[in-house]
Amino acid sequence: MTVDDTIDNIVTRRMLWRQGLWSENPALVKMLGLCPLLAVSNNAINGLGLGLATCATLIVANCSVSLMRGIMTPAIRIPVYVLIIASTVTLIELILQAWLPALHATLGIFLPLIVTNCLIIGRAEAYASRHDLRDSLHDALAMGTGFLWVLVLLGAVRELTGQGSLFDGAEVLAGSLGQSLTLQIFSVDHGALIALLPPGAFFALGLMLAIKNWIDQRSATQVHEDRPEETLPATPSQIQ
Amino acid sequence: MNSHVRTGLTLGLCLLAAIIALTIAQRLARPQIELSRQQWLMQGLSAVLPTGPFDNDPLTSVRLVTAPELGSTDAMPIYTVFRDNRPLAAVLSIVAPDGYNGDIKLLLGVTIDGEIIGTRVTEHRETPGLGDDLEYRRSDWITGFDGQSLASTSAGDWDVRQQGGRFDAFTGATITPRAVIRAIHRALDWYDSHRQDIFAS
Repeated sequence: MTVDDTIDNIVTRRMLWRQGLWSENPALVKMLGLCPLLAVSNNAINGLGLGLATCATLIVANCSVSLMRGIMTPAIRIPVYVLIIASTVTLIELILQAWLPALHATLGIFLPLIVTNCLIIGRAEAYASRHDLRDSLHDALAMGTGFLWVLVLLGAVRELTGQGSLFDGAEVLAGSLGQSLTLQIFSVDHGALIALLPPGAFFALGLMLAIKNWIDQRSATQVHEDRPEETLPATPSQIQ
Repeated sequence: MNSHVRTGLTLGLCLLAAIIALTIAQRLARPQIELSRQQWLMQGLSAVLPTGPFDNDPLTSVRLVTAPELGSTDAMPIYTVFRDNRPLAAVLSIVAPDGYNGDIKLLLGVTIDGEIIGTRVTEHRETPGLGDDLEYRRSDWITGFDGQSLASTSAGDWDVRQQGGRFDAFTGATITPRAVIRAIHRALDWYDSHRQDIFAS
């Protein structure tokens, strides 16, 4: 491997992570998988559980699609992706049912619904089918983490405003150890109930979108003011 | 090789691999799933049963009963425990069908004398923040039934205080507690007249 290759790799990786976590974030920019995102994010622990399950599915799916890209033909690629994703989700469901039954019960229908999360088939088709194993793994990790942090933050915001606690129900993820993780930040008889109900999910997500756009806009104008003669950096999607 | 044949074969191989992988995984996980299910159930049962030891394993002393008084048209499991060869207590699975958001499922532990040992909600879809004080981990409301029986609480007292009963309602939610109170009362009534059959071997 030459030095150029290594630098190239590092640049690619860094770009993948920046895209997944921020600039092409699956939840905040691509708006993929919003149904489970909004439904399960009524507390931070549920968000974490579903985020981890989605992340695991993404990793397995991206890696297997990348490994199979040599033998894949255009006609059968979509059915094969669906097959891989559905099998992975079934596997994860079996594992949770066996070893984390409480989490399995909390996530309910949204666990099998990971199959229909467009994020996963989207990454398989758009990225993993054209890149090698290492890059695909990085892509899955970056996109999965991007989805995860939004889910957890959304859950935490809703939980905090709705019932004044954080990580309530941590025992479903971490057993008896988790119980001590639950923080009652402030005590409320009836917090902003709406935050826990479905409309609260839309409000909270809308707020997060607004904040993200505001940050992006601010940094864009700052760059503009600092170096007025330079053009704005191209967005990653344009680079690709 | 013809490209169509090749494509078909590839798809077939993928299917075969998926089937094999899932079959193996399911076989490996099945005993553990069964174990977790039983632990889960036992955890629920032990919350509404007296402390052991018992003569028998409540999980295996189960019978399915269909009775409208239990709140469901399905056959509901009833678990019984014995001590010193005498019936000690039973756990009824009951449903309050008239919750604010549909069925509320409960486990109700009752002694042979008809006194409530404990009761727990196992499944509900009541409004978070308003109706979910049903859950033991959120509020101790559900323990208000402990020690109650048909003898200690007359028929008119099985209601929330606002309606002249002796049980608290939740702030802002009356439908949910009333549904549970009525379901428990109905089940106790039914238990009273079917006790012999439940404990008959």
